[in-house]
Amino acid sequence: MSEEFKVEIVNPEKSFLIKEDVSEVVVPAFEGEMGILKDHISIISFLKPGIIKILSKSGNENYYVEDGIVEFKNNNLSILTSSIFNLNDLDKSKQQDLLKQAEEEASKPEINDQSKYLVDQKIEVLKSLN
Amino acid sequence: MASLDDLKKRIASVKSTQKITKAMKMVAAAKLRRAQESAEKGRPYSEKMNNVILNLSSGISDKENAPKLLSGSGKDQIHLCVVMTSDRGLCGGFNSNIIKKAKSYFAKLSQEGKELKIITVGSKGNDQLKRAYGDKIISHISFKESKNANYFDAEKVGKIVIEKFEGEEFDVCTIFYNQFKNVITQIPQAQQIIPLNTEATEEDKSEDSYEFEPDEDEILSNLLPKNISTQIFKAMLENSASEQGSRMSAMDNATRNAGEMVDKLTIEYNRSRQAAITKELIEIISGAESL
Repeated sequence: MSEEFKVEIVNPEKSFLIKEDVSEVVVPAFEGEMGILKDHISIISFLKPGIIKILSKSGNENYYVEDGIVEFKNNNLSILTSSIFNLNDLDKSKQQDLLKQAEEEASKPEINDQSKYLVDQKIEVLKSLN
Repeated sequence: MASLDDLKKRIASVKSTQKITKAMKMVAAAKLRRAQESAEKGRPYSEKMNNVILNLSSGISDKENAPKLLSGSGKDQIHLCVVMTSDRGLCGGFNSNIIKKAKSYFAKLSQEGKELKIITVGSKGNDQLKRAYGDKIISHISFKESKNANYFDAEKVGKIVIEKFEGEEFDVCTIFYNQFKNVITQIPQAQQIIPLNTEATEEDKSEDSYEFEPDEDEILSNLLPKNISTQIFKAMLENSASEQGSRMSAMDNATRNAGEMVDKLTIEYNRSRQAAITKELIEIISGAESL
């Protein structure tokens, strides 16, 4: 039996990516990174800023996400996100833009703990990309 | 009867109007294709989102403490209506249909003694509602600068709505938009987004339970605001496809009517030209006879 499952990434504008031959996906879930293999129990979780790693025979792919929800059910992994970038397309200047935005956000005085945590995560991830 | 010169001028003017409507129709057709595409592409996201929320809310253990966005504020007194229309005119009954739907809803509300607040999205709706419901409009949003409906704009609207809900400015929120069915049919819709309608049909209910990380409440409270933006975004996409479709058929009609008018005017022009010639001939002949 093959050890592959299907992953689908959708953003509000379109179906971003559909891949049928995925062996493992690592997502930055809210409470830590989570690796998903075939026949994982049905799960719903949401994402913090980080890197989604998709491992498959046809090559590995890395995506940077800022938020989103993952749902895994019947060997179908759906990732809903409003902001996702392929790491290969994410050039330095775009990275810097995102970083600057995040830093501005973080320096706002009225920010609450949870969003502060998320923004800090975002900054950390963006910095680690360089 | 109009003189020959006048007729000629009118024919020319109708013809140039026809040219404009024809061009507008063509532009609308091109835009329609794109808008329709993005409306269709956007559907999976909102559907998936809905599914996840349905699964979540059916699994939620204690309904009493469910997030307010899901269960409502417990009251039903102040209604917020988000009326979404276009920024441009000349699109047939598109805007009027939404307004009509909204107005009948408003009338029902005021009969029941409910308080009404309105947010208009798009300038045409604002123009039409300003007269009758000017004092009820609490905010007006317009996205004239953005070419296509995008998620960023929807999020802005969503944030405003959520902020007002958290400030307890309203209890129930309904959005009005046109659902795109096909080029000639758009159905005005009233969709309640707060509190969320979670009456799942039997088939939607999945038997297997999910594992949640973190717990349901936290996911729900995170997901629900997003869902509102998503629903608004969906409405925006449907609306922009409907707008182009409606404009296309309106302009098609206008072009056809202009063609008919040109035909009629041309006949009239020829007839009066002929009449003038005949009259002159009669004058010449009777002049010659009298000699």
